[in-house]
Amino acid sequence: MAKVIVVTSGKGGVGKTTSTAAIGAALAQSGDKVVVVDFDVGLRNLDLVMGAERRVVFDLINVIQGDAKLHQALIRDKRLENLSILPASQTRDKDALTSDGVAKVIAELREKFDWVLCDSPAGIERGPAMAMHHADIAIVVTNPEVSSVRDSDRIIGLLDSKTERAMRGERVEKHLLVTRYDPARAARGDMLKVEDVLEILSIPLLGIIPESQEVLKASNVGVPVTLNNPETAPARAYQDAVRRLRGETVPMVIPQERKTLVERLFGRRVA
Amino acid sequence: MSIFDFFRRKPTAHVARDRLQILLAHERSTFGRSDLVARLQEEILQVIRRHLDIDPDKVQIKLDRGDHVSTLEIDIEVPLTERAKVA
Repeated sequence: MAKVIVVTSGKGGVGKTTSTAAIGAALAQSGDKVVVVDFDVGLRNLDLVMGAERRVVFDLINVIQGDAKLHQALIRDKRLENLSILPASQTRDKDALTSDGVAKVIAELREKFDWVLCDSPAGIERGPAMAMHHADIAIVVTNPEVSSVRDSDRIIGLLDSKTERAMRGERVEKHLLVTRYDPARAARGDMLKVEDVLEILSIPLLGIIPESQEVLKASNVGVPVTLNNPETAPARAYQDAVRRLRGETVPMVIPQERKTLVERLFGRRVA
Repeated sequence: MSIFDFFRRKPTAHVARDRLQILLAHERSTFGRSDLVARLQEEILQVIRRHLDIDPDKVQIKLDRGDHVSTLEIDIEVPLTERAKVA
């Protein structure tokens, strides 16, 4: 039975696309069939973060409008053959996302894949509403920062009221993913602690992704951080999150960057 | 940063937490429950319409969430003729 996941946050720039790519790749690494769908019509970026930007021919809107078949728009990842990308349109506007069209595409994706990951645009308007509508599971990406926590709270309210599941009287399974976390700053009292964010939002914690230079390095080269360097702290944190998503019990530790001998000696990163 | 700055440094995270808790308690009552209010309004209207011919715009429903007690306020303007009929 396929699972539809929305990766959402309300606020922009907190790491939805990075997380969609990283989680999608980690899910696919264990052999499941995975598709990542970009819902950010007009401002697509998932293709770029996944390194597939030059292979986009057709997009989600083309499929919705009947200009292309779904299989023509799906781009197969070069590294993992069971991972596909459905890009958003760069030229149309968000009104092209019709409810019926999105419902049909999601139904077809459920047939073909084990996991359908929908990368939501920022905001609370039509795009995000369409991205979350069919979700069984929501991953709420939150930075330990006041505006991000506030916006996540709004999104949680929408997940509980506007989604198909909510309208049927069922619940969307919600998970919190805290990104860009700096344990040292939190310990000094300069950053909200994960416990604070959890207490305020009161949804279960899926993972804590530490602030890391590796995230930018991975997006620079167009590779999900979990594939680019699986040994780095954020990659391990995403892998742990994915294991929890599959129902495994994984202790909640925040992975630290492993330092080389030279870095240890000089007390800082030399790279 | 001098050593004096170090001792003067004030943690700010607890301020963020407190501000969020106050703000979100307020916002949840405005946005988070608005759908509940809308649903209640619709269902209450349906029930009342079975007995009275009322103008949907003349119905006010308000939900106030307090720390200890929450109140649901329903204010329906009943036309004079209808009231006479009921009485």
